[in-house]
Amino acid sequence: MKAVWKILVVDDEEVMCESLAAWLREDGYDVDTSSSGRQAVERARASDYAIYFIDLKMPGGMDGIETMMEIRKLHPDAPVIIITAYATVDTAITAMKEGAQEYIVKPCNPEEISLVVARIIKVKNLQLENTILRKRLTGQYDFHDIITKNPRMLSILQLVQDVAGLRSTVLVRGESGTGKELIARAVHYSGDRADKPFISVSCAALAETLLESELFGYEKGAFTGASTRTRGKFELADGGTIFLDEIGDISPKLQADLLRVLQERRFYRLGGSEEVKVDVRVIAATNKDLAEEVSQGRFRDDLYYRLNVIEIRIPPIRERREDVPLLARHLVQRLSPELNKDIQDISEGAMKVLLEYEWPGNVRELENAIERAIVTCRGQVLTEDDFGFLTRSMQERKAWSVPANMTLQDLERQAVSAALQRTGGNVKEAASSLGIDRSTMYEKIKKYEIQR
Amino acid sequence: MSGLCLASLGEVEEPVLRTIAECVEERIGLPVVRRIQLPVPLEGYDRARGQMSSVTMLKLLLEQAPSGISRILGVTESDLFIPMLTFVFGQAQLKGRAAVVSTARLRQEYYGMQPDGIALLGRARKEAMHELGHTFGLIHCPDTRCAMSLSINLPQVDSKLEWYCEGCWPVLQERLEEVR
Repeated sequence: MKAVWKILVVDDEEVMCESLAAWLREDGYDVDTSSSGRQAVERARASDYAIYFIDLKMPGGMDGIETMMEIRKLHPDAPVIIITAYATVDTAITAMKEGAQEYIVKPCNPEEISLVVARIIKVKNLQLENTILRKRLTGQYDFHDIITKNPRMLSILQLVQDVAGLRSTVLVRGESGTGKELIARAVHYSGDRADKPFISVSCAALAETLLESELFGYEKGAFTGASTRTRGKFELADGGTIFLDEIGDISPKLQADLLRVLQERRFYRLGGSEEVKVDVRVIAATNKDLAEEVSQGRFRDDLYYRLNVIEIRIPPIRERREDVPLLARHLVQRLSPELNKDIQDISEGAMKVLLEYEWPGNVRELENAIERAIVTCRGQVLTEDDFGFLTRSMQERKAWSVPANMTLQDLERQAVSAALQRTGGNVKEAASSLGIDRSTMYEKIKKYEIQR
Repeated sequence: MSGLCLASLGEVEEPVLRTIAECVEERIGLPVVRRIQLPVPLEGYDRARGQMSSVTMLKLLLEQAPSGISRILGVTESDLFIPMLTFVFGQAQLKGRAAVVSTARLRQEYYGMQPDGIALLGRARKEAMHELGHTFGLIHCPDTRCAMSLSINLPQVDSKLEWYCEGCWPVLQERLEEVR
C-alpha cells in the first residue's frame, strides 16, 4: 500500500500557501498550511511532516530560518525546503548551513519542484520500507506476535525468555501447525545471538545423503556433481542458531553424526579431511513422542538426552480455545492488507464456527481458513457464510457413513482428502495417518485432483 | 440533466473546444450540456509575469457556472500561473466543480517550433481529461501513459494518452455514476 505523506506549507501569503498546497494535493499528498512560523511550530508539535516548505521572509517575529530551527528541535531529521522570492548567496548559504535540505526561488519551474519533492519522498519511502522490513525481521518473531492469553502458553513464553540467553539445546514439541518454528525463532531473536544467522532445516524433506551434505557441506569432488566446495547449514549458522525441524525422522547414521556435532561442536564436510569447528546453538523440533521412539529403539537415547536439555511443549489449539478469537482477529488484521482487502472484523456467528471447529492442523490451518475466508468475503466483516467450508467439513465428519452406491475410488478420494484436511495440508503426516508412503500420497492427490 | 458546462475564457479556437467536448462525451460519457463564453478576468492578470492567475480563472468559473451542471471546464489561450510556479498547463479543484486548461504552452510555436494543429488538439484533449479527472478526486498517476500522470513539459504531455489507466478508470467510473 502506498503511504500518503503529509506536507506542511508555511507562508504568510495565503494565495501562495493555497496554490502550492492545491498543486501538491493533486499529486496525492496530504497538505496542511500555516500562515506564520509560530503556527507552523504548533502544527509540527502535533504531527510530523514528510516535507516542510517554509517561506524565508515572514512577519511576526519568526522568519523562515528560525521556524526551521524550532521545527528541527521537535523533529531533528525533518526535511525543510526554504522558499524565497529574492535569491541571494548569503540567504542560501545561511539556509543550507542551518540544515535546509533544499532552497528554491519562487516562482519556480514545476519540473524543479517536482524533482525536489520526488527526491525527498523517495528517501522517505526507503526509510519507511526499511522500518517495515526491520519490523518484519525482528517483530514477526518477538513475543508480540505470539498471540495468547492461555496460561500454559504464557509460561512457555516466560521459559523462552529465560533460556534465550543460554547456549543449551532446546527441544520443541508440538503437533503440526502449532508454531514450533515461531517459538524457535523467538528463542533465537530474544537472545544475544539475534544479530547472527537463524538457519532452518526440515529434516523430513530430504533423503539421508542429501540431508547429510545439506547439514555438513561437502568438498569439491565429494560426489558426482560436487563441483565446488560448499558450506553446510551448520557452517552457515556459525555464531547463531540452527533449527532442525522434524528431528524424529532422521536416519540412525545421521543421528550418530549429529550426536558427535552436539558433543564436540566440530565435524567434517563430506569428502573432507579438515575439521570444521562451529559455535552453533541447536534447537530441534518434532511432532513425535521421542521418548517412545527411544523405547522402540528407533531413536538414540544419548542423542535424545542431548537434545532434550530444555523441553518446550506447545499445546494444540483445541487445548487453548480461548486464543482462537485473539488469533483470528490478529490474522485478519495481518492478512487483510496483504491480500488487498479491507476486512475489519469477524461476526459473532463466524467466531462461533471457529470456536467449535477442532483445528487438527492448528494455527497453520486457522491461518489458511482465515486467508480463504478473506479472499472470498465480499463485505468488511467475515461471516459464517465465509467459513462455510469449515461447517461443511464438520457436518461431513459428524454424519459420515458409507453410502450404498459409493465406489472404492470415492472412498479413497474422501479418505485422502480428509487426511489432508485433518493435518492442515501436511502431506507427510496425512500419508502416515493413512499408512501409505509420501510418494503414494502424492500420486493419489494428483489422481483425484485434490486441492491441498 | 446534470452534465458538463464548457466555457471559453476569452477567444478560443472552435476546433479546440469541439475536440474537447467530443472527447469528454465519447471517452467518459459526460454530456456537454452547455457552452458559454466568458471574458478573461483582468484582475487575474499579473503584469510583471505577463500571465493569468489560474486561481482567479477558477473563481470566475465557479461564479458563472449555470445551475444544475455538475462540472464546469474552462479553456483559455492565456498563459496560466500559480504564485509558486512559473506556469501551469491547467488547474482543477480536487473533488470540486471547476477546472481550467490553457492552450498557451501546448502550442509548440511557444517553444520556437513550427505550429502543429493536430498535435495541439490532442494535447488539449489530454489536459482536459487530466484536469477533469482531478475534479472527480483522481490524483496524479505513476503510469506515464495514463491521462492522470503529471506533465510538466510538452514531451510528457505527448507521451501520455487521453485515456485513463486500469487503476484510475474504475474510480472515475464510480464517481461518474454519482453525477449521472
